[in-house]
Amino acid sequence: MTMLSGWGRYPSFAADVVSPCSLAAAEAATAASQGAVARGNGRAYGDAAIGTGMTLSMLGLDRVRAFDTASGRLTVEAGVLLADIIATFLPRGFFPKAVPGTRFVTVGGAIAADVHGKNHHGDGGFGDHVESLLLATGGGEVLRASRDENADVFFATIGGMGLTGTILEATLHLAPVETGWITQRTVVAENLAAALAILAASDDVTYSVAWIDCVAKGSHLGRSLVFLGEHARLDELDSRALDNRFPPIGRPRLAVPFDFPGFTLNHLSVAAFNELYYRMGARKAGSPFLVAAEPYFFPLDGIGAWNRIYGRNGFVQHQCVLPLGTAADALADMLDRITQRGTASFLAVLKKLGPAHGLMSFPMSGYTLALDFAITPSLFGFLETLDEIVVKAGGRLYLAKDARQSRATFVAGYPAVGHFREICRRLDPQGRIHSQLAERLGV
Amino acid sequence: MPDSPKTLLVLGGTSDIGRATALAFAQQGWAVQLAGRDVQSLNREVDDIAARTGMTVTAHAFDALRTDAFAAFIDGLPVLPDAVVCVVGLLGDQPRAESDMDHAATVMRSNYEGPSLILGLFAERFLGRGSGTLIGVSSVAGDRGRASNYVYGSAKAGFTAFLSGLRNRLAEHGIHVVTVKPGFVRTKMTEGMKLPKPLTAEPEVVAKAILLAVISNKDVVYTLGMWRLIMLIIRNIPESVFKKLKL
Repeated sequence: MTMLSGWGRYPSFAADVVSPCSLAAAEAATAASQGAVARGNGRAYGDAAIGTGMTLSMLGLDRVRAFDTASGRLTVEAGVLLADIIATFLPRGFFPKAVPGTRFVTVGGAIAADVHGKNHHGDGGFGDHVESLLLATGGGEVLRASRDENADVFFATIGGMGLTGTILEATLHLAPVETGWITQRTVVAENLAAALAILAASDDVTYSVAWIDCVAKGSHLGRSLVFLGEHARLDELDSRALDNRFPPIGRPRLAVPFDFPGFTLNHLSVAAFNELYYRMGARKAGSPFLVAAEPYFFPLDGIGAWNRIYGRNGFVQHQCVLPLGTAADALADMLDRITQRGTASFLAVLKKLGPAHGLMSFPMSGYTLALDFAITPSLFGFLETLDEIVVKAGGRLYLAKDARQSRATFVAGYPAVGHFREICRRLDPQGRIHSQLAERLGV
Repeated sequence: MPDSPKTLLVLGGTSDIGRATALAFAQQGWAVQLAGRDVQSLNREVDDIAARTGMTVTAHAFDALRTDAFAAFIDGLPVLPDAVVCVVGLLGDQPRAESDMDHAATVMRSNYEGPSLILGLFAERFLGRGSGTLIGVSSVAGDRGRASNYVYGSAKAGFTAFLSGLRNRLAEHGIHVVTVKPGFVRTKMTEGMKLPKPLTAEPEVVAKAILLAVISNKDVVYTLGMWRLIMLIIRNIPESVFKKLKL
């Protein structure tokens, strides 16, 4: 037994971890388990990747099975990290078609959470680029699932948080890229309405995301830096970048060596950071510049164990998505409450999403807002009030980030859960697959 | 037209060091032959390295204890490789080896007899061709016998001596022999053992050291380098003192 938690370090559970090192072993462990769920690299923030009885660590299944340079078609075992795929295939001119904010997630985890990136509004999520997958079910079967074969299982597994079974292998498509550089442009938005307008007008831009200063109030409420990006073509590189067409993908350069004391991220320091970040970003606004893919997509990956800056109590991330029609008012309401409460989020990110295709996928056409909060006694009550706004607006919370939403909030946001549950029961009549998240939310 | 790639044969291709070495060479443009007992595991590694690097990688059944099949094994390879690295080894169970002669013999044969005979056979083929590199992965355990693992250590000592003699004999014929002496390495072999972090290498570090040794004609490589100093000290402790130490 070891204590296991997600990236937010809250909550934690005593867990029995099993680490299969072959597909056959993972398959056998799934079929013999009681309350098991697969775990990738532990980057889900809450309790999604912790089994009620047993947790299957998939990190030993990290082999590439096949790659076709003509089509970019890649087959990997589920424990392969996106970091590994990028380090291996970016120098050969290929990049995943969707990447989340960290590259330290496994392919199995990326499918289970149907993770999205800065290009979701145009290119869809991780699951949209998966051609097929191999799934070991609690019923003891190994199924191949794709859009043509076991399609209901396929769409339940994308975004299904590991509850349809253990993903063993997946075939996905990488996009050809001419360079490992991104052409970035920063646009300053004076307030929330301006930020939404810029994002709405950037549908034809491949990558877009807004960082919100959640300290600014009044007419500046929601002032943001909107980061727009495109893969740089070879003819767009300057001489410095040409010498280094595919800049190397490094290991984390810094690591947070200990838990910061609880007072570190107090209102003053967060406010100062927000102000500074806004000013620095605004200075770069205007003309496009080149940035290497790694710091562009994964700015926090440069700092190992950054989750420790929130101290020993851990933190929670509140990430919601709101439909296009209700987003503007709901976002204004949420930001207003956050600035009034005075415990600003260190990291607040706003992004436009497109439709998703997994039965339980998080994204929908609308806007997503992600906020980090250090855990304090008054926090959970406050988050309930944010949840009410989300539910009223017809939105939902991201299960990969969630550690605390109520069952009512969950059911309101995921109306397909009944159908999802039926598919899970069919695949796993004895209920061998079960996670702490499923237990908490009654999935 | 580009030169056709050089070929590396890895004996013990499913071991962590073997896999890492194969990958490191393939990333530098070498074709790779992976040899080992468990063909199913071997195929998994072959597919992985081929997909990652785009190089030609092939699987070959090889059992270091079946010395009678060695000549046929070499004849069965699609090409005589430019370099051979032998990562075969068996740590065994020292207390068991003290009373179980069969187990002790298996440890000796796996770490000395098999690796030495196969590299010796390749040496003759390389002499016929006039070129080649032989790399034996031995161990710092072979530098001095210690109570905690002298059955394994003595076999590695024999292998180290064999490689030393081979190098001495073949140097003038343009055939390069490398002895690699890893200290602790984080692998399946050492899983569950408590290893001191500053003295423990990842398999990738050993693989890079092997690649560097081949490229820059090194003779004896310790990984990590600190082990050269540690073993120098251990080798020079007088026997009258050494026998009283718990090592």
